[in-house]
Amino acid sequence: MAAGTAYEPVIGLEIHVELSTKSKMFCGCEARFGGIPNTRTCPVCSAQPGALPVINREAIRHIARIALALDCRIAPGSIFHRKNYFYPDLPKGYQISQYDMPFAVEGHLDVTMDGEQHRVGIERVHQEEDTGKNIHAGESGRIAGAIYSLIDFNRCGIPLVEIVTKPDIHSPQVARSFLNKLKNTLQYLDVSDCNMEEGSLRCDANVSVRPAGSDLLGVKTELKNMNSFKHLEKGLAKEIERQIGLLEAGRPVVQQTVHYEVASGEVHPMRSKEYAHDYRYFPEPDLSPLEISQDFVDDVRTGMPELPSVRAARYVTELNLPEYDAEVLTSNRDTSDFFDETLNYFDDQKMLSNWVMGDLGAYLNASGKKLSIETVSPGQADQLCWLSPAGFGEFLAMIKDGEIAAASGKAVLPEMCETGKTAREIVEEKGLAQISDTARIEALIDRVIEANPEQREQYKSGKKQVLGYFVGQVMKESGGRANPRTVNEILREKL
Amino acid sequence: MSLIKLTAIEALELMKRGEISADELTRAYLEQMDRREGDLHAYLEISRERALDDAARPGADGGPPLAGLPTGIKDVFCTRGIVTTCASKMLEHYDPVYTATCVQQLIDAGIVILGKTNMDEFAMGSSTENSAFGPTRNPWDLQRVPGGSSGGSAAAVAGGEAIWALGSDTGGSIRQPAALCGVVGFKPTYGSVSRYGMIAFASSFDQAGPITRTVNDAALMMQYLTGKDPLDSTSVEHPHGFSIPVDQDLAGAKIGVITKLVREGTDPDVESAFETAVEAMSAAGAQIGEATLQHLDYALPAYYILAPAEASSNLARFDGVRYGFRAAGAEGITQMYEETRSQGFGDEVKRRIMLGTFALSSGYYEAYYGQAQKVRSLIFQDFERAFAEFDFLISPTTPTPAFELGEKADDPLSMYLSDICTIPVSLAGVPAISIPCGVTLQGLPVGLQIIGPAFSGKRVLQAARSAEIAIGFDKVSPLIEEDV
Amino acid sequence: MSLTHDDVIYVARLARLKFDSRELDRYVEQLSGILDHIDKISELDLSEIEPTSHVLKLSNVFRDDEVRPCLSQDEVLANAPEVEEGAFKVPPILEAEEPEA
Repeated sequence: MAAGTAYEPVIGLEIHVELSTKSKMFCGCEARFGGIPNTRTCPVCSAQPGALPVINREAIRHIARIALALDCRIAPGSIFHRKNYFYPDLPKGYQISQYDMPFAVEGHLDVTMDGEQHRVGIERVHQEEDTGKNIHAGESGRIAGAIYSLIDFNRCGIPLVEIVTKPDIHSPQVARSFLNKLKNTLQYLDVSDCNMEEGSLRCDANVSVRPAGSDLLGVKTELKNMNSFKHLEKGLAKEIERQIGLLEAGRPVVQQTVHYEVASGEVHPMRSKEYAHDYRYFPEPDLSPLEISQDFVDDVRTGMPELPSVRAARYVTELNLPEYDAEVLTSNRDTSDFFDETLNYFDDQKMLSNWVMGDLGAYLNASGKKLSIETVSPGQADQLCWLSPAGFGEFLAMIKDGEIAAASGKAVLPEMCETGKTAREIVEEKGLAQISDTARIEALIDRVIEANPEQREQYKSGKKQVLGYFVGQVMKESGGRANPRTVNEILREKL
Repeated sequence: MSLIKLTAIEALELMKRGEISADELTRAYLEQMDRREGDLHAYLEISRERALDDAARPGADGGPPLAGLPTGIKDVFCTRGIVTTCASKMLEHYDPVYTATCVQQLIDAGIVILGKTNMDEFAMGSSTENSAFGPTRNPWDLQRVPGGSSGGSAAAVAGGEAIWALGSDTGGSIRQPAALCGVVGFKPTYGSVSRYGMIAFASSFDQAGPITRTVNDAALMMQYLTGKDPLDSTSVEHPHGFSIPVDQDLAGAKIGVITKLVREGTDPDVESAFETAVEAMSAAGAQIGEATLQHLDYALPAYYILAPAEASSNLARFDGVRYGFRAAGAEGITQMYEETRSQGFGDEVKRRIMLGTFALSSGYYEAYYGQAQKVRSLIFQDFERAFAEFDFLISPTTPTPAFELGEKADDPLSMYLSDICTIPVSLAGVPAISIPCGVTLQGLPVGLQIIGPAFSGKRVLQAARSAEIAIGFDKVSPLIEEDV
Repeated sequence: MSLTHDDVIYVARLARLKFDSRELDRYVEQLSGILDHIDKISELDLSEIEPTSHVLKLSNVFRDDEVRPCLSQDEVLANAPEVEEGAFKVPPILEAEEPEA
């Protein structure tokens, strides 16, 4: 291919989501991340001889929610298959998964980027189980150079849903944006905590490039190990660059797995295998088929939480919020739930929206903490912000009623978030209460007028804009605590 | 009175009347084991102390329904506190963390566990010669095999080393050894007995069942074995349950002889014992006809694809990571897997893993596994059609009586053919029983197989009881005769 | 059908088994013999027949999402050939052995 050819990347994503059910997919062990190794296992998930799987009903409800949210067609009949391969984190020597009769097919999720809508097709959504964890002991902690491995089966058997997109994505940015939207949707559905760092949301990508305008597909590679949104975007960009580099040098792209190195941001093609993988899929004889009735689907649909797009539309039509606000507020379920809950305590939705998007948003970004509508316990304080919807409502009402100046509020809010104190307590401690006492304000004003005879003359001669200067001076004198409305009124009189 | 000749029901009656105690009964069996285990090797593990403790448990005499019955448990069932090996080097010292549901049900009903009985490794075989710990011998002729894979259970019951025993049947592993040892073996409808804790060979075939001296004993054990287990998704509540059959004739029963299983390759002595049994049943009022199962010739090939395929996957967990044997000195995980599995599994197990892996491998799935699943559908339909015409189907349980040790050891295919009469039933998942129906000129027992439609176990047992009376088989193994 | 040595080596590799050359010869012969018998099923035209995976026609057998007691770490590790720091210890996993799961 001649240099200077424009290339178009073609990307499909394979996303694995760990479901937040109470128990594992096929046994009663608690489905929870981490902890002391091998303390959440039983005969089933540690694959003792003779143990048998039984399907967790709630996991099937969860996957049905996901399928509906992605506008998929839920198969009236689907079955589990065994995917056979040997690996120490896979105790049975096979993973119970789905193969040619997946739970749901043919859906889509739309993402908007730079004002343009991209529809990403969903090929299939299927149910499977997670594996255990290998810890590679050795100098690097990586596989290469390890002298032995340790296996922990706590994670083994946690329900996993695999979502496979069509190769409809043509830039790393859209891929990232899609994954973000998917994560947000899954969080709204309450089916997973979607923590990429902890691995409850994992994303691999099939990547190829082709000359722009062509509708043929190039040879694809499977890109793995991107453990954050940033790394997904970066890894894709690197792999696309690598593939274009190969083609421009007149060399072929080889179908293989490519490993993204988080530390260096580089991509490394893996050595190709001696044998092609041959998973010997066959129907799982220990489990009966799933028959999903319309009644079941309707029941799941009825119980579905409000999805972000629906909620955004409600904010616009019912709360009269601008579309921009609605989009920002609903882009994160915790924030949006917090917004909704605070409306019970404070009814100026636009002012609430401004504060959520403005000062509160800034605090959350800086601290990395999240909002919760539940009462926060001390153990959660490193992840959750202390602010409660009631407390936040009270705070905003105090500003609106003139008890605190907006400027002072900017200092009060972060402290509420950090300490869990009420706005009133902080205002009292710091003496930030707004001065609405006319006598005190008059005294301040008298001092300011006296100190600025020149400006006073200008005002008298008709230069009314000087009023702003006086207001500023008075506010400064009061340490920002004077009620601006009162200051304005009295100044006009006195001048 | 010889305690080791008693049936379970007789023993319960005597214990209830206070004429014997559970302790006496258990000791009688342990003594017979002392006398005969050297010849028979029916057990892999004898839990003597536990057995005596269980027999001495308060209420053992006349307490729980099966209290005090000395029982052999095939070593395919996990038993917490008793090493469970599946007759494999792979699990030589495996101490299960749990007990199989069906065994627990028997324990709860009061049985005394004498020990774990020998078997073909991972239940793969028809002679118990594939045990990693040495073969079991037939109590009727110590030069001959007891059949398999539940050969230890059948030999124990026939040789007076257990009043009854628990077996498991995948392609005939209860019925065939029962036939070869002159005892009763019942394979229930697939799904009647929980498979949880029974080490899987072929999941869509495996069923636990009783090996006993009489049909009524089999019915008694079934009352406590059956039931839906929340831990086994393929288990169901048996719609008709089980009860002890009444003594009655066969008047009105429509019985179809699967003629194809009688004429081809059947030993003449087996055939004549079978014919005599059929005449006796006819005389007892049964209407005898000829039944045709159109696709019978395809049953064995289909079975030897499906069962090994499932087995190849079921046995993948024996990898040296979490339990069991691990080969020493491997430098990497793949080498460890290969060394462990090559050294830990015996020949027949490896052969079936190879066969099953091949049948599922890329490019061959449709021609082998897919095609065999369809054959299974045809066999299933053949049985449905036959049961539209007949209440029961019958055949010899095996084409030949017990063969000599080593006779088929080097010829896997001829060994596979010894299950030709039992395998079709396993493909259809329907219930079948083997009862003794005569002896050959050499004095070896012959089994009659009675097959019923799905979940007709209660009726099959009733018919078998009637047949038992009509046939009047009352021989016990020469070995027991010697000892009592 | 007859299997070649390469076929048997490929299948053995999938099954994580390994044979010396004498065993290999024996498996080639025995498996080919068994397959010759099994190949009988290929003479049937079954294009219209549905496959049977389960003889019982059950569906939707579920359990409730309830947490049950687990084995203790000691219990699950009790039968392990090698243990370290509460985990199962195995020889190193070489890079080329990673599955493409």
